[in-house]
Amino acid sequence: MTPPDVAPGTQPSDAGRLNHRHLLGLEDYSASEIRLILETARAFRGVIERPIKKVPSLRGVTCVNLFYESSTRTRLSFELAEKRLSADVVNFSASGSSVSKGETLRDTARNIEAMKIDLVVVRHRSAGAPHFLTRCVDAVIVNAGDGQHEHPTQALLDASSIARLDIPSLPNLAAFDFRGLRVAIIGDIAHSRVARSNVYALAALGAEVTLCGPRTMMPVGIERLGARVTDRLDEALEGCDVAMALRIQLERQGAGPNGLFPSLREYHDRFGLRGEHLERNPDLYVMHPGPVNWGVELAGEVAESDRAVILDQVTNGVAVRMAVLYLLAGGTAARMQEAAGG
Amino acid sequence: MPDLLLSGGLLLDLDTGDTTRADLLIRDGVIAQIGEISDAEGAEVVDISGKLISPGWMDMHVHFREPGQEHKETIETGARAAAWGGFTAVACMPNTTPPIATRDVVEFVLARQQSLPVAVYPIGTVSKGREGNEMAEMGDMAEGGAVAFSDDGSPVQHGGLMRRALEYARTLGAPILGHEEDLTLNADHGHMNEGAVATRLGLPGIPGLAEEAMIARDALLAEFTGGHVHVCHISTARAVDIVRRAKARGVPITAEACPHHWTLTDEAVAESGYDTHTKMHPPLRTAEDVQAIKDGLADGTIDVIATDHAPHAPFEKEVEYIEAPFGILGLETCWPLTVRELIEPGVISLHEAVRKLAVAPREILGLAVPRIAEGETAELTVFDAETRWTFEDRHIQSKSRNTPFVGSEMVGKAWGIVNRGRWVPAEA
Repeated sequence: MTPPDVAPGTQPSDAGRLNHRHLLGLEDYSASEIRLILETARAFRGVIERPIKKVPSLRGVTCVNLFYESSTRTRLSFELAEKRLSADVVNFSASGSSVSKGETLRDTARNIEAMKIDLVVVRHRSAGAPHFLTRCVDAVIVNAGDGQHEHPTQALLDASSIARLDIPSLPNLAAFDFRGLRVAIIGDIAHSRVARSNVYALAALGAEVTLCGPRTMMPVGIERLGARVTDRLDEALEGCDVAMALRIQLERQGAGPNGLFPSLREYHDRFGLRGEHLERNPDLYVMHPGPVNWGVELAGEVAESDRAVILDQVTNGVAVRMAVLYLLAGGTAARMQEAAGG
Repeated sequence: MPDLLLSGGLLLDLDTGDTTRADLLIRDGVIAQIGEISDAEGAEVVDISGKLISPGWMDMHVHFREPGQEHKETIETGARAAAWGGFTAVACMPNTTPPIATRDVVEFVLARQQSLPVAVYPIGTVSKGREGNEMAEMGDMAEGGAVAFSDDGSPVQHGGLMRRALEYARTLGAPILGHEEDLTLNADHGHMNEGAVATRLGLPGIPGLAEEAMIARDALLAEFTGGHVHVCHISTARAVDIVRRAKARGVPITAEACPHHWTLTDEAVAESGYDTHTKMHPPLRTAEDVQAIKDGLADGTIDVIATDHAPHAPFEKEVEYIEAPFGILGLETCWPLTVRELIEPGVISLHEAVRKLAVAPREILGLAVPRIAEGETAELTVFDAETRWTFEDRHIQSKSRNTPFVGSEMVGKAWGIVNRGRWVPAEA
């Protein structure tokens, strides 16, 4: 039996609108909402491949990128997405705790709101910071990564990249029907917001997800999110279509008695993707949310190989973020088609 | 002051649960007469028809924040919350600024509470400055009026120091109140219970293991030294089991549980959308842990109901989850959550619950339990276990407002206390 939500060609419900006012995470986004974002992103991908990469969809809309954690690609990607939609953009970056800066997040947000901001993109080291913001201000909130909770636009861009893969046995990938697809997510699952969001998105679209990493990086009860768990890389890669390696935070190793693995060398040896894995499984695609620690999560020959689609992920990131901002700012699928010229 | 006549109340027998209708005449703070009293000329008459009367309750675990953090609570505002919740006495934890780590601070607290209707007993620190390095002057503090010792909030990590402190405090007849936590097992500096919910929410977890391992150590130290360990705010099933086994071996160990730990689970963090009013230490645990706390209360493993009343100002709590301080208010909602979650469902009987509020804390701290008899000082609580009401913001008496229970349906209400010669009503 096919769950109706996962059936191919399902029309987005409610005439191409999201049922959410914010994007706080994908845990409670339905498959049809995720498909709507991905379909919208596909049209925007067309826009950003054009010589003139800009549409007027968000003209008059003001976005603030509120980044409490350092980030290069996510912030750039959001800013490009906003600019290509013709929104007005302001940036606020502060590393570390808002409290230590002498102004609370609540105060900062309320001040920003007093400047009449419509949309807030927030990255923060505290899980739940975007949820907290929804209680402080009226603006639409987009989660650009909160603690180790969720990073929904990363998972959406990953799904968008997967839909572009050529896997002959899975002809419906392009229609965002991921049934039959097997994805392994490898690395520090415990501290990964990318892993959590990907489990929700991929499972919603019908994929089978396996989480793989040392037991020290596997949080209690993670299987309840809807994924299989293993601590053996070979088992994770068995019959796998896409291997998604997560960035290892290097400070997890040098943490003395609280370290999660003994050395980068041993991590690479047990959980790094190496040439031998591609030789054994030549149809495997390799993804990584970036930035890559060369020789840790991915051996150089893997990161450089034509099986790695890491830069395509980055391109899709801009399109997916355009779609998210566009849909949350109130656009409908029809208006978008018009704006995208086609 | 005029005489006080409490008219129409029901005296609760704490051994049997039987009630006896009686009027109480109180003169100069002493119970002058018990029985049917029709003639009390000039007395202030308070009609408490149908309401229960018991010895005044004591919360042996509160944070009144004075000295040093008066923006959260003061001894006066804390006492107001205590009285409203039905408590005639509290013991206040020493994590103030400066901490109650020397006799002068003990005496400061005692001086500040003299004129209040609620007795506030200071708890001194185990270690100098609550730094966990060397013993504080417990003897001097005990002479000054400290009733127990605790480094609550900064658990004593060094096993050798805990051993010496237990040996030393034994001479003073004072228990050590243990905030039981092996901090090395809370390596992630967690913010909620480690478990499936924390995993889903992406919040670093505090494993029950950190609490359990420390209770196991302290149970062994209590057995070895003969010193009395009292386990504060017990929160996990295994922790209850460790205390139960230690008690069975005759170890001098007692334990308290707090209403939030038997009322809410870690799901509340998710359901509230990361509301920091669900953040306290130890954290809200699982349904299995809640059940074990109820079992422990029922079979006597858990001796005491205490609140860990921990006020924090709104500006401190209205922040990101990981930035928020641990702790919630407890005094105002203790009794109705005891009735709603323990008494009505039949976990414990009403008089057992009142024993855990009025008798057990004082026995542990070596204080006299108030008696309701002619000639005795009047220290009593007037309450019921039936009134259904909704807890609202306006009911909060504390200086702070950090409670997850605003809007909750409650059962049972404290209506007032008599203490230090005064009737202090708790209006609904």
